[in-house]
Amino acid sequence: MRYSYYPGCTLKTKAKVYEDTTLQTARALGLEISEVPEWQCCGALYPLNTEEFFPLLSPVRSLAQAKAETNEKLVTLCAGCYNVFKRTNRTMRQDGEVRRKINDYLEEDYMGEVDVVHYLEVLKNDIGFDVLAEKVKKKLEGRKIAPYYGCLLLKPRDEMDFDDVENPTIFEDFLQAIGATVVEYPYKTECCGSYLSMANEKVAATAVGRILTSAFKNGAEALIVACPLCKYNLEALQKESKEAAGHPELPVYYFTELLAEALDVRE
Amino acid sequence: MKVTTDKINSNLISEVEEISGQKVSACFQCAKCTGGCPVVWAMDIYPHQVLRYAQLGLADELLNSKTLWICAACQTCDSRCPRGVDIPKVIEALRLILLRAKGGNYLHPNDLPAKVLENAPQQGLVSAFRKYAK
Repeated sequence: MRYSYYPGCTLKTKAKVYEDTTLQTARALGLEISEVPEWQCCGALYPLNTEEFFPLLSPVRSLAQAKAETNEKLVTLCAGCYNVFKRTNRTMRQDGEVRRKINDYLEEDYMGEVDVVHYLEVLKNDIGFDVLAEKVKKKLEGRKIAPYYGCLLLKPRDEMDFDDVENPTIFEDFLQAIGATVVEYPYKTECCGSYLSMANEKVAATAVGRILTSAFKNGAEALIVACPLCKYNLEALQKESKEAAGHPELPVYYFTELLAEALDVRE
Repeated sequence: MKVTTDKINSNLISEVEEISGQKVSACFQCAKCTGGCPVVWAMDIYPHQVLRYAQLGLADELLNSKTLWICAACQTCDSRCPRGVDIPKVIEALRLILLRAKGGNYLHPNDLPAKVLENAPQQGLVSAFRKYAK
Protein backbone atom coordinates (compact mmCIF):
# COMPACT_ATOMS: atom_id res chain seq x y z
CA MET A 1 0.00 0.00 0.00
CA ARG A 2 1.27 3.46 -0.93
CA TYR A 3 0.63 6.73 0.87
CA SER A 4 1.81 10.29 0.73
CA TYR A 5 2.84 11.77 4.04
CA TYR A 6 2.62 15.21 5.63
CA PRO A 7 4.91 15.51 8.68
CA GLY A 8 4.33 19.08 9.88
CA CYS A 9 6.80 21.27 11.78
CA THR A 10 6.83 19.51 15.14
CA LEU A 11 7.52 16.08 13.65
CA LYS A 12 10.81 17.31 12.24
CA THR A 13 12.02 18.75 15.53
CA LYS A 14 10.55 18.13 18.99
CA ALA A 15 8.62 15.05 17.94
CA LYS A 16 11.28 13.41 15.79
CA VAL A 17 10.81 10.13 17.62
CA TYR A 18 7.14 10.12 16.50
CA GLU A 19 8.20 10.36 12.86
CA ASP A 20 11.08 7.88 13.21
CA THR A 21 8.98 5.19 14.87
CA THR A 22 6.17 5.72 12.37
CA LEU A 23 8.48 5.24 9.40
CA GLN A 24 10.14 2.21 11.02
CA THR A 25 6.80 0.54 11.72
CA ALA A 26 5.37 1.47 8.32
CA ARG A 27 8.31 -0.28 6.61
CA ALA A 28 7.82 -3.37 8.75
CA LEU A 29 4.13 -3.44 7.81
CA GLY A 30 4.86 -3.14 4.09
CA LEU A 31 3.55 0.42 3.69
CA GLU A 32 5.25 2.72 1.22
CA ILE A 33 5.22 6.24 2.53
CA SER A 34 6.61 9.24 0.67
CA GLU A 35 6.81 12.74 2.06
CA VAL A 36 4.98 15.52 0.21
CA PRO A 37 7.64 17.82 -1.30
CA GLU A 38 7.73 21.45 -0.27
CA TRP A 39 5.06 21.17 2.38
CA GLN A 40 4.61 24.06 4.77
CA CYS A 41 3.18 24.61 8.25
CA CYS A 42 -0.55 23.83 8.48
CA GLY A 43 -1.11 26.83 10.76
CA ALA A 44 -1.61 24.62 13.86
CA LEU A 45 -5.20 25.73 14.45
CA TYR A 46 -8.28 25.90 12.28
CA PRO A 47 -9.66 29.47 12.41
CA LEU A 48 -12.83 29.63 14.52
CA ASN A 49 -14.45 32.56 12.75
CA THR A 50 -16.17 33.41 9.51
CA GLU A 51 -13.91 36.27 8.44
CA GLU A 52 -10.33 35.14 8.25
CA PHE A 53 -9.39 33.26 5.11
CA PHE A 54 -5.64 33.81 5.31
CA PRO A 55 -5.06 31.01 7.84
CA LEU A 56 -6.48 28.60 5.23
CA LEU A 57 -3.91 29.50 2.58
CA SER A 58 -1.14 27.49 4.16
CA PRO A 59 -3.02 24.19 4.64
CA VAL A 60 -4.57 24.49 1.17
CA ARG A 61 -1.12 25.01 -0.38
CA SER A 62 0.12 21.79 1.20
CA LEU A 63 -3.04 19.88 0.28
CA ALA A 64 -2.87 21.12 -3.32
CA GLN A 65 0.80 20.10 -3.40
CA ALA A 66 -0.15 16.61 -2.18
CA LYS A 67 -2.86 16.40 -4.85
CA ALA A 68 -0.42 17.45 -7.60
CA GLU A 69 1.98 14.65 -6.66
CA THR A 70 -0.33 11.68 -6.38
CA ASN A 71 -3.88 10.61 -5.64
CA GLU A 72 -2.86 8.43 -2.72
CA LYS A 73 -4.19 8.93 0.77
CA LEU A 74 -2.37 11.60 2.75
CA VAL A 75 -1.16 10.27 6.10
CA THR A 76 -0.77 12.64 9.04
CA LEU A 77 0.58 12.03 12.54
CA CYS A 78 0.29 15.26 14.52
CA ALA A 79 -3.28 15.59 15.77
CA GLY A 80 -3.09 19.34 15.07
CA CYS A 81 -2.24 18.90 11.38
CA TYR A 82 -4.86 16.18 11.04
CA ASN A 83 -7.51 18.44 12.56
CA VAL A 84 -6.60 21.47 10.42
CA PHE A 85 -6.48 19.47 7.16
CA LYS A 86 -9.76 17.67 7.70
CA ARG A 87 -11.58 20.86 8.58
CA THR A 88 -9.97 22.81 5.75
CA ASN A 89 -10.96 20.08 3.30
CA ARG A 90 -14.54 20.20 4.44
CA THR A 91 -14.65 23.97 4.04
CA MET A 92 -13.12 23.73 0.56
CA ARG A 93 -15.76 21.17 -0.42
CA GLN A 94 -18.76 22.92 1.07
CA ASP A 95 -18.17 26.66 0.99
CA GLY A 96 -18.09 27.98 -2.55
CA GLU A 97 -17.18 31.52 -1.59
CA VAL A 98 -14.17 30.51 0.52
CA ARG A 99 -13.10 28.03 -2.16
CA ARG A 100 -13.18 30.70 -4.84
CA LYS A 101 -11.26 33.25 -2.76
CA ILE A 102 -8.56 30.80 -1.70
CA ASN A 103 -8.12 29.31 -5.16
CA ASP A 104 -8.04 32.73 -6.83
CA TYR A 105 -5.38 33.91 -4.44
CA LEU A 106 -3.23 30.78 -4.72
CA GLU A 107 -3.92 30.23 -8.41
CA GLU A 108 -4.91 26.68 -7.58
CA ASP A 109 -7.93 24.58 -8.32
CA TYR A 110 -8.28 22.71 -5.07
CA MET A 111 -11.72 21.33 -4.20
CA GLY A 112 -10.97 19.38 -1.02
CA GLU A 113 -10.22 16.13 -2.84
CA VAL A 114 -7.24 14.79 -0.91
CA ASP A 115 -8.21 11.91 1.38
CA VAL A 116 -6.59 12.89 4.70
CA VAL A 117 -6.13 10.05 7.19
CA HIS A 118 -4.37 9.56 10.47
CA TYR A 119 -1.80 6.77 10.85
CA LEU A 120 -4.08 5.18 13.45
CA GLU A 121 -6.76 4.89 10.76
CA VAL A 122 -4.27 3.24 8.41
CA LEU A 123 -3.54 0.66 11.10
CA LYS A 124 -7.22 0.10 11.84
CA ASN A 125 -8.83 0.26 8.40
CA ASP A 126 -6.15 -0.58 5.84
CA ILE A 127 -4.11 -3.15 7.76
CA GLY A 128 -6.66 -4.20 10.36
CA PHE A 129 -5.96 -4.64 14.05
CA ASP A 130 -6.45 -8.42 13.72
CA VAL A 131 -3.72 -8.60 11.05
CA LEU A 132 -1.55 -6.23 13.08
CA ALA A 133 -1.86 -8.54 16.09
CA GLU A 134 -0.47 -11.40 13.99
CA LYS A 135 2.56 -9.31 13.00
CA VAL A 136 3.51 -8.49 16.58
CA LYS A 137 6.83 -10.08 17.53
CA LYS A 138 7.08 -8.93 21.15
CA LYS A 139 3.73 -8.64 22.84
CA LEU A 140 3.65 -5.92 25.47
CA GLU A 141 2.30 -8.40 27.96
CA GLY A 142 1.57 -7.12 31.43
CA ARG A 143 2.18 -3.48 30.43
CA LYS A 144 -0.65 -1.36 31.79
CA ILE A 145 -1.20 1.53 29.40
CA ALA A 146 -3.78 4.33 29.60
CA PRO A 147 -4.90 5.70 26.23
CA TYR A 148 -5.09 9.50 26.12
CA TYR A 149 -6.97 10.91 23.13
CA GLY A 150 -6.98 14.65 23.73
CA CYS A 151 -9.33 16.79 21.64
CA LEU A 152 -8.01 17.39 18.15
CA LEU A 153 -8.43 13.86 16.79
CA LEU A 154 -12.08 13.76 17.80
CA LYS A 155 -13.64 17.23 17.78
CA PRO A 156 -15.64 18.78 16.34
CA ARG A 157 -17.62 15.57 15.96
CA ASP A 158 -19.16 16.14 12.52
CA GLU A 159 -16.05 17.54 10.92
CA MET A 160 -13.53 14.99 12.26
CA ASP A 161 -15.74 11.88 12.09
CA PHE A 162 -12.83 9.92 13.59
CA ASP A 163 -14.36 7.88 16.41
CA ASP A 164 -17.09 8.15 19.03
CA VAL A 165 -16.48 11.62 20.44
CA GLU A 166 -17.52 10.75 24.01
CA ASN A 167 -16.15 7.21 24.22
CA PRO A 168 -13.61 6.51 21.50
CA THR A 169 -12.04 3.04 21.37
CA ILE A 170 -9.45 3.09 18.58
CA PHE A 171 -6.52 3.36 21.04
CA GLU A 172 -7.94 0.54 23.18
CA ASP A 173 -8.25 -1.69 20.10
CA PHE A 174 -4.69 -0.77 19.13
CA LEU A 175 -3.34 -1.57 22.61
CA GLN A 176 -5.07 -4.93 22.59
CA ALA A 177 -3.58 -5.72 19.18
CA ILE A 178 -0.05 -5.16 20.50
CA GLY A 179 -0.76 -7.23 23.60
CA ALA A 180 -0.80 -4.47 26.23
CA THR A 181 -3.30 -4.21 29.07
CA VAL A 182 -5.72 -1.33 28.56
CA VAL A 183 -6.26 0.91 31.58
CA GLU A 184 -9.74 2.40 31.65
CA TYR A 185 -10.13 5.77 33.34
CA PRO A 186 -12.60 8.62 33.05
CA TYR A 187 -10.23 11.33 31.76
CA LYS A 188 -9.17 9.83 28.43
CA THR A 189 -10.83 12.58 26.36
CA GLU A 190 -10.51 15.47 28.85
CA CYS A 191 -8.51 18.41 27.42
CA CYS A 192 -4.87 18.70 28.64
CA GLY A 193 -4.99 22.50 28.42
CA SER A 194 -3.61 22.73 24.88
CA TYR A 195 -1.84 26.06 24.22
CA LEU A 196 -2.70 27.32 27.72
CA SER A 197 0.64 25.78 28.72
CA MET A 198 2.34 28.65 26.88
CA ALA A 199 0.60 31.56 28.63
CA ASN A 200 -1.47 30.16 31.52
CA GLU A 201 0.66 27.32 32.76
CA LYS A 202 -1.07 26.86 36.12
CA VAL A 203 -4.42 26.21 34.46
CA ALA A 204 -2.95 23.63 32.12
CA ALA A 205 -0.96 22.04 34.98
CA THR A 206 -4.17 21.42 36.93
CA ALA A 207 -5.85 19.87 33.88
CA VAL A 208 -2.79 17.66 33.33
CA GLY A 209 -2.67 16.65 37.01
CA ARG A 210 -6.26 15.47 36.94
CA ILE A 211 -5.67 13.32 33.87
CA LEU A 212 -2.48 11.72 35.20
CA THR A 213 -3.82 11.11 38.70
CA SER A 214 -6.92 9.45 37.31
CA ALA A 215 -4.79 7.23 35.06
CA PHE A 216 -2.47 6.37 37.96
CA LYS A 217 -5.30 5.53 40.36
CA ASN A 218 -6.71 3.16 37.77
CA GLY A 219 -3.42 1.31 37.51
CA ALA A 220 -1.59 2.95 34.58
CA GLU A 221 2.19 2.64 34.25
CA ALA A 222 2.28 4.91 31.20
CA LEU A 223 0.06 6.79 28.74
CA ILE A 224 -0.04 6.87 24.97
CA VAL A 225 -0.85 9.91 22.84
CA ALA A 226 -1.05 10.96 19.19
CA CYS A 227 -0.46 14.70 19.68
CA PRO A 228 2.90 16.42 20.35
CA LEU A 229 1.27 19.20 22.37
CA CYS A 230 -0.58 16.71 24.61
CA LYS A 231 2.73 14.91 25.12
CA TYR A 232 4.56 18.10 26.03
CA ASN A 233 1.84 19.18 28.47
CA LEU A 234 1.54 15.78 30.14
CA GLU A 235 5.31 15.54 30.56
CA ALA A 236 6.43 19.10 31.26
CA LEU A 237 3.52 20.11 33.49
CA GLN A 238 3.50 16.85 35.43
CA LYS A 239 6.32 18.31 37.54
CA GLU A 240 4.46 21.58 38.06
CA SER A 241 1.17 20.01 39.03
CA LYS A 242 0.12 19.79 42.67
CA GLU A 243 -2.52 17.26 41.69
CA ALA A 244 0.08 14.89 40.23
CA ALA A 245 2.59 15.33 43.08
CA GLY A 246 1.20 12.44 45.11
CA HIS A 247 2.31 9.66 42.76
CA PRO A 248 5.37 8.67 40.73
CA GLU A 249 5.87 10.31 37.34
CA LEU A 250 4.13 8.53 34.52
CA PRO A 251 5.95 8.24 31.20
CA VAL A 252 4.07 9.40 28.10
CA TYR A 253 4.73 7.73 24.73
CA TYR A 254 3.60 8.26 21.19
CA PHE A 255 1.55 5.19 20.26
CA THR A 256 4.07 4.50 17.48
CA GLU A 257 6.85 4.06 20.05
CA LEU A 258 4.98 1.11 21.54
CA LEU A 259 4.15 -0.19 18.09
CA ALA A 260 7.84 -0.14 17.12
CA GLU A 261 8.62 -2.06 20.31
CA ALA A 262 5.92 -4.63 19.60
CA LEU A 263 7.07 -5.12 16.01
CA ASP A 264 10.66 -5.24 17.28
CA VAL A 265 11.85 -2.62 14.81
CA ARG A 266 12.85 0.14 17.22
CA GLU A 267 16.25 1.41 16.15
CA MET B 1 -24.64 44.72 36.80
CA LYS B 2 -27.41 46.65 35.12
CA VAL B 3 -29.36 45.43 32.12
CA THR B 4 -30.83 48.17 29.95
CA THR B 5 -32.46 48.32 26.55
CA ASP B 6 -29.50 50.39 25.36
CA LYS B 7 -27.14 47.58 26.22
CA ILE B 8 -29.40 44.89 24.76
CA ASN B 9 -29.58 46.88 21.55
CA SER B 10 -25.83 47.56 21.50
CA ASN B 11 -23.94 46.41 18.48
CA LEU B 12 -21.94 43.81 20.44
CA ILE B 13 -24.43 41.05 19.63
CA SER B 14 -24.40 41.71 15.92
CA GLU B 15 -20.63 42.02 15.89
CA VAL B 16 -20.16 38.74 17.74
CA GLU B 17 -22.72 37.01 15.52
CA GLU B 18 -21.05 38.32 12.39
CA ILE B 19 -17.54 37.24 13.39
CA SER B 20 -18.56 33.89 14.86
CA GLY B 21 -21.33 32.91 12.46
CA GLN B 22 -23.28 31.82 15.54
CA LYS B 23 -26.70 32.92 16.76
CA VAL B 24 -26.29 33.79 20.44
CA SER B 25 -30.07 33.99 20.98
CA ALA B 26 -30.29 30.25 20.22
CA CYS B 27 -28.87 29.44 23.67
CA PHE B 28 -31.57 28.48 26.20
CA GLN B 29 -29.22 28.31 29.20
CA CYS B 30 -29.17 24.58 29.90
CA ALA B 31 -25.53 25.00 31.01
CA LYS B 32 -24.45 21.66 29.57
CA CYS B 33 -21.38 23.53 28.21
CA THR B 34 -20.40 24.69 31.66
CA GLY B 35 -21.01 21.23 33.11
CA GLY B 36 -18.48 19.65 30.78
CA CYS B 37 -15.85 22.41 30.55
CA PRO B 38 -12.45 21.12 31.76
CA VAL B 39 -11.17 24.57 32.80
CA VAL B 40 -14.36 26.12 34.14
CA TRP B 41 -12.84 26.41 37.61
CA ALA B 42 -10.40 29.04 36.28
CA MET B 43 -13.13 31.15 34.63
CA ASP B 44 -14.86 34.19 36.10
CA ILE B 45 -17.81 33.99 33.68
CA TYR B 46 -18.92 30.44 32.86
CA PRO B 47 -19.51 29.35 29.25
CA HIS B 48 -23.33 29.44 29.47
CA GLN B 49 -23.04 32.86 31.10
CA VAL B 50 -20.93 34.10 28.21
CA LEU B 51 -23.90 33.37 25.96
CA ARG B 52 -26.34 35.01 28.38
CA TYR B 53 -24.19 38.13 28.75
CA ALA B 54 -23.89 38.31 24.97
CA GLN B 55 -27.69 38.06 24.66
CA LEU B 56 -28.00 40.97 27.08
CA GLY B 57 -25.28 43.02 25.37
CA LEU B 58 -23.08 43.23 28.47
CA ALA B 59 -20.00 44.23 26.50
CA ASP B 60 -17.81 45.58 29.31
CA GLU B 61 -18.31 42.53 31.51
CA LEU B 62 -17.53 40.18 28.62
CA LEU B 63 -14.54 42.03 27.24
CA ASN B 64 -12.93 42.27 30.68
CA SER B 65 -13.51 38.62 31.48
CA LYS B 66 -10.66 36.19 32.19
CA THR B 67 -12.72 33.50 30.49
CA LEU B 68 -11.74 34.71 27.02
CA TRP B 69 -8.11 33.77 27.72
CA ILE B 70 -8.83 30.55 29.61
CA CYS B 71 -10.96 28.74 27.02
CA ALA B 72 -8.65 26.27 25.24
CA ALA B 73 -11.16 25.69 22.41
CA CYS B 74 -11.23 21.95 23.20
CA GLN B 75 -14.77 21.92 21.77
CA THR B 76 -16.25 19.61 24.39
CA CYS B 77 -19.04 22.15 24.92
CA ASP B 78 -20.12 22.53 21.31
CA SER B 79 -20.01 18.79 20.69
CA ARG B 80 -22.68 18.49 23.42
CA CYS B 81 -24.76 21.65 22.83
CA PRO B 82 -28.41 20.73 22.18
CA ARG B 83 -28.92 24.04 20.34
CA GLY B 84 -25.95 23.64 18.04
CA VAL B 85 -24.16 26.74 19.30
CA ASP B 86 -20.41 26.64 18.70
CA ILE B 87 -19.41 28.31 21.96
CA PRO B 88 -15.63 28.43 21.26
CA LYS B 89 -16.48 30.46 18.15
CA VAL B 90 -18.43 32.96 20.27
CA ILE B 91 -15.51 33.23 22.69
CA GLU B 92 -13.09 33.58 19.77
CA ALA B 93 -15.19 36.45 18.38
CA LEU B 94 -14.93 38.30 21.70
CA ARG B 95 -11.20 37.64 21.80
CA LEU B 96 -10.82 38.94 18.24
CA ILE B 97 -12.66 42.15 19.10
CA LEU B 98 -9.97 42.78 21.73
CA LEU B 99 -7.00 41.54 19.69
CA ARG B 100 -7.94 43.63 16.69
CA ALA B 101 -7.87 46.83 18.74
CA LYS B 102 -4.57 48.70 18.73
CA GLY B 103 -2.10 47.15 21.17
CA GLY B 104 -4.56 44.36 21.89
CA ASN B 105 -2.11 41.47 21.89
CA TYR B 106 -2.42 39.27 24.97
CA LEU B 107 0.87 37.43 24.54
CA HIS B 108 4.28 38.71 23.41
CA PRO B 109 7.28 36.50 22.69
CA ASN B 110 9.12 38.19 25.57
CA ASP B 111 6.45 36.93 27.97
CA LEU B 112 7.43 33.31 27.42
CA PRO B 113 9.74 31.74 30.00
CA ALA B 114 13.04 30.38 28.65
CA LYS B 115 12.07 26.79 29.49
CA VAL B 116 8.92 27.12 27.36
CA LEU B 117 10.82 28.60 24.42
CA GLU B 118 13.37 25.85 24.66
CA ASN B 119 11.12 22.85 25.14
CA ALA B 120 7.67 23.61 23.79
CA PRO B 121 6.67 21.98 20.51
CA GLN B 122 6.21 24.30 17.53
CA GLN B 123 2.57 23.24 17.47
CA GLY B 124 2.10 24.81 20.92
CA LEU B 125 3.91 28.05 20.15
CA VAL B 126 2.13 28.61 16.84
CA SER B 127 -1.23 27.81 18.45
CA ALA B 128 -0.67 30.22 21.33
CA PHE B 129 0.30 33.11 19.07
CA ARG B 130 -2.60 32.36 16.73
CA LYS B 131 -4.97 32.64 19.70
CA TYR B 132 -3.36 35.39 21.72
CA ALA B 133 -1.88 37.85 19.23
CA LYS B 134 -2.60 39.47 15.87
